[in-house]
Amino acid sequence: MILTSLDIDVEALEARTGWSMKPEGACKGDVCVVLAEGVVTGGRVDVPRLAERLRMPLLRDEAHGLWALGPESGGRALSTAKAPDLVLPDRHGRPFALSSLRGRKVLLVAWASW
Amino acid sequence: MWQALSTELRPQGLEIVTVALDIDPDAAYRYIDKAAPDHPSLIDSAHVVDELLGVVNVPNAVWIDEEGVLVRPAEPASPGRNKALDSLLSIDTSTLPPHLADTLLEARKIKLDHESYVVAVRDWVANGAASRYALPPDEVVRRSQPRPLDVSTAAAAFELGQELHRRGHASDAVAWFREAHRLQPDNWTYKRQAWSLVDPLQGPTDAYEGHWAKDIKAIGAENYYPPLDLSPAARD
Repeated sequence: MILTSLDIDVEALEARTGWSMKPEGACKGDVCVVLAEGVVTGGRVDVPRLAERLRMPLLRDEAHGLWALGPESGGRALSTAKAPDLVLPDRHGRPFALSSLRGRKVLLVAWASW
Repeated sequence: MWQALSTELRPQGLEIVTVALDIDPDAAYRYIDKAAPDHPSLIDSAHVVDELLGVVNVPNAVWIDEEGVLVRPAEPASPGRNKALDSLLSIDTSTLPPHLADTLLEARKIKLDHESYVVAVRDWVANGAASRYALPPDEVVRRSQPRPLDVSTAAAAFELGQELHRRGHASDAVAWFREAHRLQPDNWTYKRQAWSLVDPLQGPTDAYEGHWAKDIKAIGAENYYPPLDLSPAARD
């Protein structure tokens, strides 16, 4: 997740990473990790502290004033079998939510032009 | 490519969704416009799917059931043999420049199980959770790609690279792409995407030590895709 600040909105974090901030801690699917006090305050997340707790790498590009928060590490690419709530643009730039296909089976194929 | 299978299985409840992992969406649009699919055809210019699902090569697919639960993790996927690709691979290499001939000779050795994958998809569509190919949640997680810290860091490095490239800082992006390649050398999406931004044919360049023919020879082209594991879930 690309960041320009280390204090980010909980909804933006959830939309990109799938981690939601709940009273019981940081949750993704059926997995929850207890957080220390102050990691989440007033709908904002202290990114370095969350990153340390979830073992997420946090890289800095000084020249461009950017950070990148990587995914949680130490396990598998999937920490849960719940499909991520992906929203991606179609050919015409219209957002398409994978969740709009609930009730049907979905075969999601990644391909590329290269 | 997936249109025929989509047309066949949509009446039975399957929706095929394709996602193009392309930093430059125009490159994907050219293929999409030619194929004119009637299934959702999406663009992931930030390679979010690589990270969220553990995609390390293309084509890779996951299966998602009616409740939004993954029943197969990312794995090599094929809708059947691709006649256009077969025709490209059968070009007489003696007519090509050496680098292209080299690339084509390696590409011919790549193994992808076209037939078994489609058999499995049809079985799942017909039988749902009772299909031997539909895996329980813990098995899906277990069979997804491992994610040690280096792999997570590679994802962050690649994301910085693609962000800088899209912002018009192509030369600054290279260092981050190189770092992603160093940290996760078996991630072909990170390599091929970055190489293709410098040379569409992914040949040798000054920007990267690796290139397609060199790196695939290093692992053996037959290992480019891991064998498709269609075994049922392990029982306790």
